Amino acid sequence: MPRPGILAALSLAVAFAALAAPAEAATIEVTIADMKFSPAAIAAKPGDTVTWTNKDFVAHTATARDKSFDVMVPAGKTASLTVDAAGTFDYFCKFHPMMKGSIAVGE
Amino acid sequence: MHKAIGAALLAFSLAFVAAPARSADKLNDAQIAHIAYTAGDIDIKAAQLALKTSKNADIIAFANNMVADHQAVNDKALALLKKLNVTPEDNDVSKGLVAQSAETQAKLAKLTGAEFDKAYAANELAYHKAVNGALEQTLIPATGNAELKALLNTGLQIFQGHQQHAEMLVTMLK
Repeated sequence: MPRPGILAALSLAVAFAALAAPAEAATIEVTIADMKFSPAAIAAKPGDTVTWTNKDFVAHTATARDKSFDVMVPAGKTASLTVDAAGTFDYFCKFHPMMKGSIAVGE
Repeated sequence: MHKAIGAALLAFSLAFVAAPARSADKLNDAQIAHIAYTAGDIDIKAAQLALKTSKNADIIAFANNMVADHQAVNDKALALLKKLNVTPEDNDVSKGLVAQSAETQAKLAKLTGAEFDKAYAANELAYHKAVNGALEQTLIPATGNAELKALLNTGLQIFQGHQQHAEMLVTMLK
């Protein structure tokens, strides 16, 4: 039979997991067309997923200025990223650096 | 950067920009398409040399992107020309581009290591500046067919991205 200490720790962990699990993780869609991210600025909550759909015929990337993510989005394809850390992340396409966007991740 | 390459580049840029400016009214769509296709093809060949020579991860990533992007634009151009029933027409501007690029390639081929990386990045910056300038100021305004004009405009946006990317590389390799 488990010791009471472990039981307490387990139930605490379960409680935290329930608290931490996002009520409803959302998907935020960004379209890449004509060498632009649209919308360029998006807001998200931790646990949300950002998807980029590339309608151009050349590959692009969504690369964070702080190097925290680097997502390759091939021509005509979709790629996604789940955001966890809070903060504002400026990103750009490393192949075509004038293409810029940002993700504001708030609690 | 090697003085010889610098001089060749300068001559190259001037020749390229000056030639279409002089004969802008005489260039037809078949010739403009040929120039754009040739310019892309030259950059693919330079990238292939870089992929063979360089050990620098940033240069390799840039070169891989040059091959992919220019190939994609050229494929689109060929498909459009086929649809429009236009055969690309060789001309003096295209011939000048090919001759200049053969010289630049020969000079780059003699370099290795960091010397190559710097010269390649500088060449890419100068080359994209020259081609983008010519596209924007001369070739696109002279294009008659609306679909070809639209494709060249899209190409220009992509190539302006390359110019910025090359600029970042040049700064980084200093």
